[in-house]
Amino acid sequence: MPLRYRGLRHPAAQLRDEMDRLLSGFLGHPSEGSWTPGSRGQPAVNLWEQGDTLMAELEVPGVTPEQLDISVVGGELTLRVDRQIPAEEGLSYHRRERPTGSFTRVLRLPADVDGNRVQAELKDGILTITLPKAEGAKPRKIEIASAS
Amino acid sequence: MANSTETTKKAAERPESAERTRGGQFFRPNCDIVERADELLVLADVPGAQGDRIDVKFEDGTLSIHAPIDRRQAPETEYLLCEYAVGDYWRTFQVSEAVDASKISAEYANGVLTLHLPKAESLKPRKIAVTSA
Repeated sequence: MPLRYRGLRHPAAQLRDEMDRLLSGFLGHPSEGSWTPGSRGQPAVNLWEQGDTLMAELEVPGVTPEQLDISVVGGELTLRVDRQIPAEEGLSYHRRERPTGSFTRVLRLPADVDGNRVQAELKDGILTITLPKAEGAKPRKIEIASAS
Repeated sequence: MANSTETTKKAAERPESAERTRGGQFFRPNCDIVERADELLVLADVPGAQGDRIDVKFEDGTLSIHAPIDRRQAPETEYLLCEYAVGDYWRTFQVSEAVDASKISAEYANGVLTLHLPKAESLKPRKIAVTSA
């Protein structure tokens, strides 16, 4: 299944997806477990700005720090998640919805980030990445010298 | 495979993926249900939940999972990219197999809830010895 990311798609396409999702729910076909954001699948990303810092958050339940790989170059954040759920041999699965596998995602951030000060925290399946903006990307107040 | 996403300064659209039930907004957690020889195993992805606040009930063959989730950001946060919304998890299952309700156990770690539903004694596979006359 191809990886698709919502949020930046055409609103009409989003509406259609939403209708598909609602209808499929009605008809009793639960959405399958794939890395599709928006349907409570993982890993979708939320990103916001907090003063001089950019914050990114992902839902990665059941993932250990060793299965995560985060790197920053300039204004580009690369996230790698490897979520393996080993199937147990000889058992019958009544349902398999939890997404599994590895994925890579590259986010172009709106500002350059100071790679040395990036921090990541993993708690209860939520990964929070703190990305302080690089000095050059911070807004600077320019003093105006009045020639009097 | 790398997917590149441009983030812009304008606030991103928020997905509306919660289903309304019982007057509140709930999300349906992804679940795996595995049948083992002596138990049913339910694994639910409930990232952000706190273990001591998850409510699991088993009544009349219905298993229900409710995990309240608090907002992690201020409501007025302007997202540059918003691909998921946050809210309580709620899901119910009809369990047709006879389950020993008194022995159901649950554990929570790293955003994953694990439920063990032991099968009732009478349903466990039993080897019947055949005696030859």
